[in-house]
Amino acid sequence: MAATDASGPTRLGKALRDAGFAALVAAALSFPILALRAEADMNNTLVLEQRWSWILVAAAAVGSARFFASLLDDWRARAAAVLGAWALLFGAGLAVFSRLLDRDALVWALGAGVLLLAYAWFQETRARPAPAAPAAAAPKTRDALRLFAIAATAAVIAYPIVLLFWLGPQGSLKWINNYGVQILIYVMLGWGLNIVVGLAGLLDLGYVAFFALGAYAYALLSTTFGLSFWLCLPLAGVLAAFAGVLLGFPVLRLRGDYLALVTLAFGEIINIVLTNWVDVTNGEAGVSSIPRITFFGLPFTAADDGFAATFGLGFSPIHRTIFLFYLVLALALLTCFITVRLRRLPLGRAWEALREDDIACRSLGLNTTNIKLTAFALGAMFGGFAGAFFAVRQGFVNPNSFTFMESATILAIVVLGGMGSQTGVALAAVAMIGGTEILRELDFLKRLFGEDFDPNQYRMLIFGLAMVTMMIWKPRGLVSNRQPSIFLKERRAVSGGLVKEGHG
Amino acid sequence: MNRWETDPLLRVEHLTMRFGGLTAVNDVSFSVGRGDITALIGPNGAGKTTLFNCVTGFYKPTRGRLAFAREGRADASEVRALTRTGRRHARLASGDVYLLERMPDFEIAARAKVARTFQNIRLFTGMTVLENLVVAQHNALMKASGLSFLGLFGAPSWRAAEKSAIEKARQWLERIDLVDRADDPAGALPYGDQRRLEIARAMCADPVLLCLDEPAAGLNPRESAQLNALLRGVRDDHGASILIIEHDMSVVMQISDHVVVLDYGALISDGTPEFVRNDPRVIAAYLGVPDDEVAP
Repeated sequence: MAATDASGPTRLGKALRDAGFAALVAAALSFPILALRAEADMNNTLVLEQRWSWILVAAAAVGSARFFASLLDDWRARAAAVLGAWALLFGAGLAVFSRLLDRDALVWALGAGVLLLAYAWFQETRARPAPAAPAAAAPKTRDALRLFAIAATAAVIAYPIVLLFWLGPQGSLKWINNYGVQILIYVMLGWGLNIVVGLAGLLDLGYVAFFALGAYAYALLSTTFGLSFWLCLPLAGVLAAFAGVLLGFPVLRLRGDYLALVTLAFGEIINIVLTNWVDVTNGEAGVSSIPRITFFGLPFTAADDGFAATFGLGFSPIHRTIFLFYLVLALALLTCFITVRLRRLPLGRAWEALREDDIACRSLGLNTTNIKLTAFALGAMFGGFAGAFFAVRQGFVNPNSFTFMESATILAIVVLGGMGSQTGVALAAVAMIGGTEILRELDFLKRLFGEDFDPNQYRMLIFGLAMVTMMIWKPRGLVSNRQPSIFLKERRAVSGGLVKEGHG
Repeated sequence: MNRWETDPLLRVEHLTMRFGGLTAVNDVSFSVGRGDITALIGPNGAGKTTLFNCVTGFYKPTRGRLAFAREGRADASEVRALTRTGRRHARLASGDVYLLERMPDFEIAARAKVARTFQNIRLFTGMTVLENLVVAQHNALMKASGLSFLGLFGAPSWRAAEKSAIEKARQWLERIDLVDRADDPAGALPYGDQRRLEIARAMCADPVLLCLDEPAAGLNPRESAQLNALLRGVRDDHGASILIIEHDMSVVMQISDHVVVLDYGALISDGTPEFVRNDPRVIAAYLGVPDDEVAP
């Protein structure tokens, strides 16, 4: 602390200067967005609503955050101080601007603000322990990752059973369906895209097209020809893989931005075709009454030949959901198993070599065309599987489920997870999809911000903030080290800094 | 008689490479002898790397023929007949001949067995040293893994193939003295080690002809001597012929059997090191003697 004390006044001055500058920038930037709002009045003419107080709040929020960030050293202290300052600001705002003062909210905000600031002061001034010893050797991280992966798989397998006993069939339905099945679909999509983006280093912005093709393949084959899900699942995979090769051929010569653009266009083309080819896809209205999943032929219905009656259970919709959960878990694990095994085979190593340097690959006799095509085809195949599962779960598909937003989400999962890392991608999927789902649960925020506050509307804002934060703190994703596929004496992780991101 | 005349591995005939209006290589003809170390020298911008890129398929030559006799001594008239057929490869009575100018780069490496290194090292930096050497054995391993299907289920034949690939890589690592760093990322090696690793990687692809683009660039004298020993070993123990671009004259004169000199895209001298060293045109190209003094 001695150093901080010695530089105390200058430090405070610097922090104030920083804060003032940041507040000024925030005010200038937010001026056109926050201060003026064009709105239609009763006569449908535009009037300019002026909201100068909003700018004041924005500038104060940014300025106080910058002030504490530049004043304090400890990151916990910084975070707590910033949050505390915002809580106080919020309280002050309530007191000044709100006509009907909500006493509860005011007390909460001021209390939390003071507590957080006190905590920040405590963190900053207490004696800090000496910096920890350098991070453990790489083999340990691998064992830890492996243990974590095994434990996580076991936990996921036990998840629906535990919930069922804990919350009962009614209460657990939401948790198994919205959290379990929904997240696992994205885990699977993330793992599928990871082959193309993470391993082969080919930036694919249209991955959702394969998801859509798989979904429509099952939807149309089952409603038109009455084919069963178990027959359609491999068919959907094959169709999507075929589409992957079709996309692969024209983009073989493209790299970087151009590749990204063409894959983006491909995703849009599929979406537009699904919307406009009304004769086949039924357009925006979509394909409905898709046959639901059966337990290898036994329908999940209350009928006498249904699943529940056959096994002597009381009928409950939870049976179907649990079966869907294990089905998508099995599909996701299959994706993971194949990817992990392929990484240790020549094909997987060739993908990674392609990501590292495609010219060197060709100089060693690797047919880069085939390697790219296999990556596209395999990634697409898993997307197709996931799509068929999506269709059988929803019982209804329409083009709105397969927009660019979905591609972006899946790509964000891969990038956040750490390109090429299976564990990282799974963690990122849980964080991103689970995170957006959990926003629906945050009802207590309504007490704080008023009844018409819907945290779900801030989804994209939080999503963007999380991305920016991640890219600053962990630019290589959650798991940035690369595990070598083969070793002579011991397996040592390759630091993310040496691993290339690919050329496309 | 010199070996490049009696037993040519590669015959470069009237090779021309134009980029728009610029002629980088102009009607160059020479031969590379089987089992020789052939040095390609010349001042900066002479077209050496362009010629290399033509031989290894990274450029498609504007004109000319690159007849590569992987086995046997290709008879000139038979090669002419092959050229007329439009095919790229034939097992002629006199040998196994590839017309490199008709083949894409990866096929030249995979089928004709011509491997190369790069002037600016191109290792797979994020992969370990061992992985670099195993990727180089991709085509053989791909076959052994049954296009991944056998490997996916861990078939014994695949495991044996993988083991022997690692063993081969280990032998090369011993040879270039990098066994202890086998599990380190290639990008973390010092510069000289990266140069040697790139050569070992190319050799793991079992080449008949190894093309090296300035392998001694940036090496200190001790590393340079190590490189000379390595290249002689490659030639003597593995029977690979070597085509090398080099600026370091001590390397060129010590190890090469045959020197080819390019200047402004044209061939100006072709012969033994002794012959080239005393060729007035070479001296002129390097030292810049006025043209009228060396006019033939």
